Amino acid sequence: MDLEEAEEFKERCTQCEAVSWGLTDEGKYYCTSCHNVTERSKEVINSDIIPNAQIKALNRGLKRKNNSEKGWDWYVCEGFQHILYQQAEALKNLGVGPELKNDVLHNFWKRYLQKSKQAYCKNPVYTTGRKPTVLEDNLSHSDWASEPELPSDVNSPFLESGMESQSDVHTRKSLRISKALQSETSVCSGSLDGVEYSQRKEKGLVKMTVPQTLAFCYLSLLWQREAITLSDLLRFVEEDHIPYINAFQHFPEQMKLYGRDRGIFGTESWPNYDDIYKKTIEVATFLDLPRFPDITEDCYLHPNILCMKYLMEVNLPDEMHSLTCHVVKMTGMGEADFLTFDPIAKVAKTVKYDVQAVAVIVVVLKLLFLLDDNLEWSLSNLAEKHNEKNKKDKPWFNFRKWYQIMKKAFDEKKQNWEEARAKYLWKSEKPLYYSYVDKPVAYKKREMVVNLQKQFSTLVDSTPTAGKKSPSSFQFNWTEEDTERTCFHGHSLQGVLKEKGQSLLTKNSLYWLSTQKFCRCYCTHVTTYEESNYSLSYQFILNLFSFLLRIKASLLHEEVSLVEKELFKKKYSVTKKKSKSKKRRR
Amino acid sequence: MSDFSEELKGPVTDDEQVETSVLSGAGMHFPWLQTYIETVAIGGKRKKDFAQTTSACLSFIQEALLKHQWQQAAEYMHSYFQTLEDSDSYKRQAAPEIIWKLGSEILFYHPKSNVETFNTFADRMKNIGIMNYLKISLQHALYLLHHGMLEDAKRKLSEAETWRHGEKTSSREILINLIQAYKGLLQYYTWSKKKRELSKLDKDDYAYSAVAQDVFNHSWKTSVNISALIKIPGVWDPFVKSYVEMLEFYGDRDGAQEVLTNYAYDEKFPSNPNAHIYLYNFLKRQKAPRSKLISVLKILYQIVPSHKLMLEFHTLLRKSEKEEHHKLGLEVLFGVLDFAGCTKNITAWKYLAKYVKKTLMGNHLVWVQEEWKSRKNWWPSFHFSYFWAKSDWKEDTALACEKAFVAGLLLGKESSWRSKNRPQTIMADSFFLAWMAICMYSLGTGDRLEIPLACLEMLRTSKLDGGWAPVPLE
Repeated sequence: MDLEEAEEFKERCTQCEAVSWGLTDEGKYYCTSCHNVTERSKEVINSDIIPNAQIKALNRGLKRKNNSEKGWDWYVCEGFQHILYQQAEALKNLGVGPELKNDVLHNFWKRYLQKSKQAYCKNPVYTTGRKPTVLEDNLSHSDWASEPELPSDVNSPFLESGMESQSDVHTRKSLRISKALQSETSVCSGSLDGVEYSQRKEKGLVKMTVPQTLAFCYLSLLWQREAITLSDLLRFVEEDHIPYINAFQHFPEQMKLYGRDRGIFGTESWPNYDDIYKKTIEVATFLDLPRFPDITEDCYLHPNILCMKYLMEVNLPDEMHSLTCHVVKMTGMGEADFLTFDPIAKVAKTVKYDVQAVAVIVVVLKLLFLLDDNLEWSLSNLAEKHNEKNKKDKPWFNFRKWYQIMKKAFDEKKQNWEEARAKYLWKSEKPLYYSYVDKPVAYKKREMVVNLQKQFSTLVDSTPTAGKKSPSSFQFNWTEEDTERTCFHGHSLQGVLKEKGQSLLTKNSLYWLSTQKFCRCYCTHVTTYEESNYSLSYQFILNLFSFLLRIKASLLHEEVSLVEKELFKKKYSVTKKKSKSKKRRR
Repeated sequence: MSDFSEELKGPVTDDEQVETSVLSGAGMHFPWLQTYIETVAIGGKRKKDFAQTTSACLSFIQEALLKHQWQQAAEYMHSYFQTLEDSDSYKRQAAPEIIWKLGSEILFYHPKSNVETFNTFADRMKNIGIMNYLKISLQHALYLLHHGMLEDAKRKLSEAETWRHGEKTSSREILINLIQAYKGLLQYYTWSKKKRELSKLDKDDYAYSAVAQDVFNHSWKTSVNISALIKIPGVWDPFVKSYVEMLEFYGDRDGAQEVLTNYAYDEKFPSNPNAHIYLYNFLKRQKAPRSKLISVLKILYQIVPSHKLMLEFHTLLRKSEKEEHHKLGLEVLFGVLDFAGCTKNITAWKYLAKYVKKTLMGNHLVWVQEEWKSRKNWWPSFHFSYFWAKSDWKEDTALACEKAFVAGLLLGKESSWRSKNRPQTIMADSFFLAWMAICMYSLGTGDRLEIPLACLEMLRTSKLDGGWAPVPLE
């Protein structure tokens, strides 16, 4: 392989004096730091191996040209691999550990290729009747003949050392078919197997799609127990911090896309939480992954930590955290067994960590303030009076004031979000077209659009549009200094709790359930959420949180109901009456 | 709505058993309703975000345009251009026209925009959706006209005229005709300017013949350009008007009359009052016989009974010998005053006062009754209300007098027409009295002046409020 071949060369670069060599297509050495290409080719070299020399292989698999017009021979899975590679890079830039890219994602991907019989197996799927013979023919005069088959290392994919994922697929010598033959069958796609790929339908096969790449990313994040939730991931995608829409435009110049590739790689929608969540489970089951590392109390994904994070995010008092912890404990949602994803368990399901944490907060809010459009306001009156009298003390949390501030901030955020979405530019610089006939049309159209955009951008005020937001897991920012936007983190819950002996009780002794009865039929949902049936403050809180997570309010409502179901398990099975009262100890 | 409730009812019977078991509580659940709602909300298929955001973008642009926020509109427009690359071919084809309309609107008003920007934009848009080439060219020319750039506009029109692409469709043909006609209109403009110059020049002036020659040349080109268009059914007022003017100028009266008659009477053309007005004015200039004028105006009367020419029509009818024309004359006057815009038209009231009197004197009481019958329910409050009596008296005494006279004739007669058994409203009597008062006062014919004066006093001092106590007639 390139790696080993390049290791043999240890001389210093004549330009930058570095010892960091890669191999070019022609077998010549080039310096990876200054891109100086030497005159010397591999055959001439016979030097000792230098340890610690940073050697990088230029991936040459993609570079076999047939003619410059048609570009390189490439396969659909290579395209996806490229996207995954970019996404992994982006995640790395977001601060995720490098192991994610090199070990986890890489191995998941290899495993996928094997399971879907695209590589690392004896009989890859790309065999149409005449192919085997053609293959042998081809191999005899191809540069690829020397590469080793790798079926053995697939058995232990997680132990394999990290390597640039890009170069993987090229080890599949079985895939190398002469373009001459393929060009007849793949006239309708830039990739070699675009047509076949889109026609491929096998039972139990999970086909790669662009949203699926995010499922892979999320699986690896989950495996690494990184501090990025699914909703964060999708938000970063939406904010363009992770390549997703038009990810194909960063493919190498020579990887041409058209025809069927358009359907495979073109995306005109942002990922959807529920969809990616389901795909994650689907992929994990397909890959037959073992139980994931345990989610313990010190993991970011543990509800206690996530609750803390979301409490801060929505400007609620820190004191609420002990209550959320209590709910988590009572419902058993903090247990590692409950939280840890196990694809080979009987029913593979993972927890929607972020949604669940938020649901816990909603439940706690309901416990404290009832949220019946009545009690929360009278409690606010009490708090207001108290705060006026005792200006020096730690102020009591005033729900009304919080609502007013949050409502304003939320509306502003949402408005900006909607405007930004309306202004989103979907089309890539590299237009996708159906066939070579369409190509000039597509490019001309692109040029027109660019020209028109240029013209209109001169009409827009010269004030630069606030550049790309830097990625953050927080969307709101509350600080003590800002007088306009009061920060409630330090406010106390004294107004809503009362002491009784050793323990603290909530003043409010009532509770209403978000869902009385769960649907047992075979539809996909568990509950229905009809906005108008619920109190306004409950609606507001659901809307606020579902906006933060970019999910539908009904999904959060469902999760709230599920938390309640766990919390009031006994009552659920015994009585079915409304407005149950529940006193809780602290 | 009815369809929806039908559908709501429909499946209930099928799923009754399920329904009764899950109906209670807040977590109410109707499986069939859920699917129904979902398909309604997303139109059966999940809309792509691209479609969603671009349609949101469109409504943002529209909102900005509505609020005259050209800056914001331009900002959103920047993103909206991508609909030209929409993967939905239907939307992609519709995009150029929408973009042209929005974009030209923005560029028309945007403070940073100028003629050059507009030109570049128009030229670009012309070449994107060739389907719109002609339409955009025409609008481009109109924009240039608006900015007083006549020559450039003419050039644009010529360019469009000679543009050929693909098949000739009927809609395109009309557009080409329209473009030619606009070109003709521009030529007419130059012609009429020259004509004015010519009229200033002395016939012996050395420049006269040159200018005259010019005038002739122009007219020839113009007539060719316009005549094709005005044969197609449509409303072509400015074109017809200028075309006729030129024909008249060169003495082609028959030609002009033919054009106008065709424009007014051809049934394929949409009903157009102006067509009849042009024809009438033309005939009047030609001193056509009265009967001909009457027949033209008769049609106009049917389309626009409130037109100011109706008073002229009335005069014509009055002068006519035929009795039916006299009757129509009365109808026309009443017709004019049916319209709120004409209530203060003193001439109309004057004519009516005179004519009603004349008709009554001519023993045609039936005619008046006929007209009054349909109006007696609303004219009193429409024309002869207390409010009007007061304000008219204040603003325009002459008008008040005419109205009072008419009211006196109509209402006075009215009350005397009534049978004694029928209950009379106090109101009507009061109206009558009030108006009679003014009437008698203004005419100075009151035998007993004190009564009308008393009434008038009440009117003026506004004592005649709500109750309107009847003033006893002695």
